[in-house]
Amino acid sequence: MKLIDKLHRDAPLATRNEITPKLGFLLTILLALAWLIPFLWMGVATLRPASDGINLMAELMPSLKPTLDNIRDAWEIGDFPRYLLNTTIICTGILLVQFVTITLAGFAFARLDFAGKTPIFYLFLMQLMLVPVLLIVPNLSLVVQLGLYDTLAGVMMPFFASAFGTFLMRQAFEAIPTELEDAALIDGASLIQRIRHIYVPLSLPSFSAFAIISVTSHWNDFLWPLMVINSPDKRPLTVGLSVFTKTAEGTQDWGVIAAGTLMVIAPLLITFLIFQKRFISSFVTSGIK
Amino acid sequence: MSLAEPAALPVAASAPRRLHIAGRFTARFKASLPAYLLLLPSLVFLALFTYGAMGRVIIDALYQRATPKAPLRFVGLDNIAAVLADSAFTGAVINNLIYAVGTAIPSIGLALLFALALARTNVVTSALRAALFLPVLIPMVAASALFLFIFLPNVGLLDYYIGRLLPVLPNWLGDPDIALYAIMIITIWKNAGYYMLFFLAGLQAVPEDVMEAAHLDGAGPFMRLRYIILPELKPTFLFVIVIATLNAVTQVDHVFVLTQGGPSNATNLVLFYIYQQAVEHFDVGKASAATLLTLAALMGLTALSFRTMANREGGP
Repeated sequence: MKLIDKLHRDAPLATRNEITPKLGFLLTILLALAWLIPFLWMGVATLRPASDGINLMAELMPSLKPTLDNIRDAWEIGDFPRYLLNTTIICTGILLVQFVTITLAGFAFARLDFAGKTPIFYLFLMQLMLVPVLLIVPNLSLVVQLGLYDTLAGVMMPFFASAFGTFLMRQAFEAIPTELEDAALIDGASLIQRIRHIYVPLSLPSFSAFAIISVTSHWNDFLWPLMVINSPDKRPLTVGLSVFTKTAEGTQDWGVIAAGTLMVIAPLLITFLIFQKRFISSFVTSGIK
Repeated sequence: MSLAEPAALPVAASAPRRLHIAGRFTARFKASLPAYLLLLPSLVFLALFTYGAMGRVIIDALYQRATPKAPLRFVGLDNIAAVLADSAFTGAVINNLIYAVGTAIPSIGLALLFALALARTNVVTSALRAALFLPVLIPMVAASALFLFIFLPNVGLLDYYIGRLLPVLPNWLGDPDIALYAIMIITIWKNAGYYMLFFLAGLQAVPEDVMEAAHLDGAGPFMRLRYIILPELKPTFLFVIVIATLNAVTQVDHVFVLTQGGPSNATNLVLFYIYQQAVEHFDVGKASAATLLTLAALMGLTALSFRTMANREGGP
């Protein structure tokens, strides 16, 4: 209780002695610990030797003889380096094209006056409402018609335009003082030069916020790549992990499943732990991805 | 653009004036051209994968093949009627409603509790926030792989620690009466930390001096929550409810990995039904009809989110 008092030291003097907020805080601590249990199990089970047997598999106390065998097995059974490469290609490809489309469109909405601005703005807004996941069936048939079935390009294409990113860039560009652009205009800079040398360098925080949202959501995407990809060597991490889990479940190899899961989520978790503040603020701005 | 409005000058005769308007129109178009070129790349992809997709859903829902090899023929609303008559679809809709309510309310309630408890920033609260936020980052498929073992009968984590207290060990994912609730636990675990962020942001708007004044007037923690904090958080609630409902329809990867809609369709949700029709039964007509119905059902909600988002984005 002393410790909790200490944490409430900066609460307003009047409310410092109330008990309910402290109980809520205690409950939150307990729940946060419960929230971590699946991760804890993943770590412990990854390091548990197979000799411990199935009955000790659920034990959350780490084994006294930790081993890396599970990681090695998962690495050999699953084609994880390949899956990782595919996911990286998909996320990078989507992000690079999105950077171009959202910069151009965001600039048009922020700084240019044109006929039909309001209806076109609502056309963009519609993408946020239509929930792309629901349109998998028509989009799959389009990808097939375009000859992109079973290609990584087919997985990427529906995400090349982003209404969310466009709005984010529009907001960032609007905050840049027009005087800067006027100066460049007098020096004879073209539209593209002005975007490239004035607007983009001054909006890097918004680009990184968008990159975080875009990469996490496509890193985690499952249903769409599941439908588009057929060949095993083109699977992204999520689809690969689901197939891997199915195989290892048959042989009750839970340590290997834990190791495989760890490998899939480790890159994101490590990046998050390093850039925690940035991640959290980007997710707050995201709302709807 | 507002210089020399010709409409105010009643001098010009009608024919040259029409020309003038046409001229003004092309001038306006010419002035808009750079903007259109900048919007073009985005609009091409939106046209293909968003508006075009909407159009294709409507058209596909009107056609059907008698056998997989037979030519397409126009069937009007038959597909929609067939979907509505399909007990698997109505079952999926009911499951999805239970799933939506049963995931939205607990995860939003927990998110509010977390945000209230962790509103102040210090080392401890930051660590707790990070712990609660971790599940948001990982793929639903990875969460499913972990919960596959947690729910495993007899030797799994849940049975190992809690199951001993129960007279009969439940088969969490294998019992049609329990499976849907087991699936919901995963969703709540994964989303509460995400919604917490919005409440944390919303709580910043609650003025500290008002809280203190209310306390001096004798308002306890619950009174302050009810009369000061909750009214202040109303827009956040609306926004989070919209996201939670959309998630309940779209975020169903764990059904694919863990239960495949089973046992006996107990965890079949609408999106999984659509996937089954399209990919397993090759019935694009029925899949499109189900997509169309789902989109229509989300219409009221999306109209709401449209307004919320338009407010958030500040309009054009």
